Amino acid sequence: MSALLAVRNLRVEFVTRRGTLVAVEDVSFDIAPGEVLGVVGESGAGKSITGTAVLGLLDPPARIATGEIHLEGRRIDRLPPKELRAIRGRRIGAIFQDPLAALNPLFTIGNQLEETIRTHLPVTAEEARRRAIALLGEVGIPAPERRIHQYPHQLSGGLRQRVVIALALCGEPQLVIADEPTTALDVSTQAQIIRVLKQLTSERGTAVMLITHDMGVIAEAADRVAVMYAGRIAEIGPVREVIHAPQHPYTVGLMGAIPRLGKLGERLVQIDGAMPRLDAIPSGCAFHPRCARAFERCRRERPEPMVTATGLAACWLHAADG
Amino acid sequence: MLAFCIRRIAQAAVVMLVVGLIAFALFRFVGDPVVFMLGQDATPQDRARMSAELGLDQPFHLQYARFVGRALHGEFGLSLRQLRPVSTLFRERLPATLELAIAAALFALAVGIPMGVYAALRRRSWLTQAFLVLSLAGVALPTFLIGILLILVFAVQLGWLPSFGRGETVALGAWSTGLLTASGLKALILPAITLGLYQMTLIMRLTRAEMLEVLRTDYIRFARARGLTDRAVYFRHGLYNTLVPVITIAGLQLGSIIAFAIITETVFQWPGMGLLFIQSVMFADVPVMAAYLCLIALVFVVINFVVDLLYHVVDPRLRLELAAAR
Repeated sequence: MSALLAVRNLRVEFVTRRGTLVAVEDVSFDIAPGEVLGVVGESGAGKSITGTAVLGLLDPPARIATGEIHLEGRRIDRLPPKELRAIRGRRIGAIFQDPLAALNPLFTIGNQLEETIRTHLPVTAEEARRRAIALLGEVGIPAPERRIHQYPHQLSGGLRQRVVIALALCGEPQLVIADEPTTALDVSTQAQIIRVLKQLTSERGTAVMLITHDMGVIAEAADRVAVMYAGRIAEIGPVREVIHAPQHPYTVGLMGAIPRLGKLGERLVQIDGAMPRLDAIPSGCAFHPRCARAFERCRRERPEPMVTATGLAACWLHAADG
Repeated sequence: MLAFCIRRIAQAAVVMLVVGLIAFALFRFVGDPVVFMLGQDATPQDRARMSAELGLDQPFHLQYARFVGRALHGEFGLSLRQLRPVSTLFRERLPATLELAIAAALFALAVGIPMGVYAALRRRSWLTQAFLVLSLAGVALPTFLIGILLILVFAVQLGWLPSFGRGETVALGAWSTGLLTASGLKALILPAITLGLYQMTLIMRLTRAEMLEVLRTDYIRFARARGLTDRAVYFRHGLYNTLVPVITIAGLQLGSIIAFAIITETVFQWPGMGLLFIQSVMFADVPVMAAYLCLIALVFVVINFVVDLLYHVVDPRLRLELAAAR
C-alpha cells in the first residue's frame, strides 16, 4: 500500500538573530489513505510545526531546512507558492485549535463556505450554496439553511468548530490536518467533535493527521500514533499497542499519567523535570536526563528509530546490537 | 437602532448646549455692547433704553435661552466688521471650505490606504521604506510650511498651478462650486494636498499597522490554509477587517480637517470659513467667532454620529448586539 503522505527526515529551523533553533528534526512518518494518525506530545514538542510544515504554511523565521514531503508520490515541499495554494484546501484540509479565531468575524458562515468551495471546485454560486448547506447538515449543525446567514459570533464554540470542520472538508481533500481540534472546547463538546470528525472522514475515506496533547482523543480516534518529544518522534506504532505496551520510556511515562476508571486510589506516574528548551537540547537522547532507564550510551549517542515488537521507538533499549 | 440613535442625539444636544454656552460667554469678554454702540457720551437713560431694547437687562439664563433659540434658527446676529448677517457670510463661505475639506479627505484616503496596504504586504521593499520616511516628514512638517513649499515649487518655479484663491466658481443655487471649472479645479489641487497630507500619512500608518495586525490573526492563517487566493486573503479577509478602525479614524479626522482648514486657507488665501475666522479674530468680530465655534462643534458631533452608524453597518457584531439588546 503506497502512502498518501510521506514525510522523510523533516527538519524545521527557526533562524533568529541569536542563532538557529531546531524545532523539528529527523521526523519521518507515513499516512495511508483513510488512516488517522495521532500525533501526541507536550507543548513545544514540534507537533504543530510538523503539521504547519506539511501545509506549507511555515512563516519566516521558520523554514524547512532539510527533508522531503510527498503527497501521493509528488514532492510538495519545494513547490512554488501558487501550486502549494492549489493543494491547500483541495488536497490537504486544515482544522485549527480556536474555532472563533479561525473564522472571519465580518463574513457569514455561508459566505466563507461558498468562497472556499468556489475557489477549489468549478461549481455555480447556487451549487456552492447547496453544498454549503448540505455540509453544515452533515457536521451536525441544526437548521443549516438558517445558520448559513449567521456570523461566527452567533454560534457556540462547538458549532463553530463544526463549521471549521465543514470548511476543512469542503474542498474534498484526501488529508485533513487537525491541530488540537478539541482543546478550546469543553469536555462534553470534545467527544461530539471527535465523533463528527471521525465519521465524516471515514465516510469520505479522508486521512487525518490528528495533532493533540490529549491521549484520550488519540485512543478514541486514531489508528496509529506518533509520540513526539523535543522535536523528534520518540515512538510510532498502532494505537492499541502503543497504549497497552509502550516501548519508549517517555511513552511509558505518558501512559502512566492517564487516570484510569475502576482503579481508584492508584498513584499516577509523573515524569520528573520538563521538556528541554529548543536552545538547550541535551546531547545523545534528548530524554535521557528525565529517563529512569538511561545508561551511558543514551548520554553519548542519539538513537535512531529502531524496530520494536509494535512499531518504531527511538531508544537504545531496543538496539539490535544492545 | 432607533433607541441608539435617540440616545446619541440626546448626548449630542448636551454637547452643543455646552459649546453654545462657551460661545455665548465670548460676548461678555469684549466689554459692554451698549457702550460699544452708543459711545462714551450717552446718558444713563439712553443706555438703559438700549439695554432693554437689546434684552440685556434680563437675567443671564434668559439671555442664553434667547441666544440658543436664535442659534437654532441659524441666527447669530450681524458681523461687527462687515455689518452683514453672520448666517449670510457663512452661506457664502461654507461651500469653499467643504469642497476643500472633502477633496483633502478623498486625497488622504485614496492615497493613504493603498500605500498602507502596500507597506503591510511588502514589508521589506525599498518603496515601503520610502513611504515610511515620507510619512514621517508628513507628520513632522507643519502645514503652513508644506503649503509654502508647494507654492514655491508648483506655482512659482514651475508655474503649473495657481498659488492663491479659488479660481472661477459656478453658482448652483445657493452653492458656489469651483469643481466645474478648469481654473477652479487647478486652484483646488495644492490646498487639498496641503490640507490632506497630514491625514494621508496618518491613514497610511494606521492602515499599515492594522493590516499587519490582521495578517497575524488565526482567520487569515485559516483562510490561507483553505487555499484561498492571495487576493481573497489579503483584500477580502484582510483589508475588510482593517478598514473598520481606519474608517473610524478617517471619519473623525474629517472634523479636524474642516477645523484645521484655517491654516491652509490662510496660506492659499482660500475664501472659506477658516479665512473668515482668522479675519474675525483680528477684528474681534465676536458674532462670527461664536458662530464659527458652534458650527465646528456641530460638524464634530454630526461626524461622530455618522461614524458610529457606519461602524454598525460594517461590523455585524455591533449590529447584532444592538438587535439583541432591543
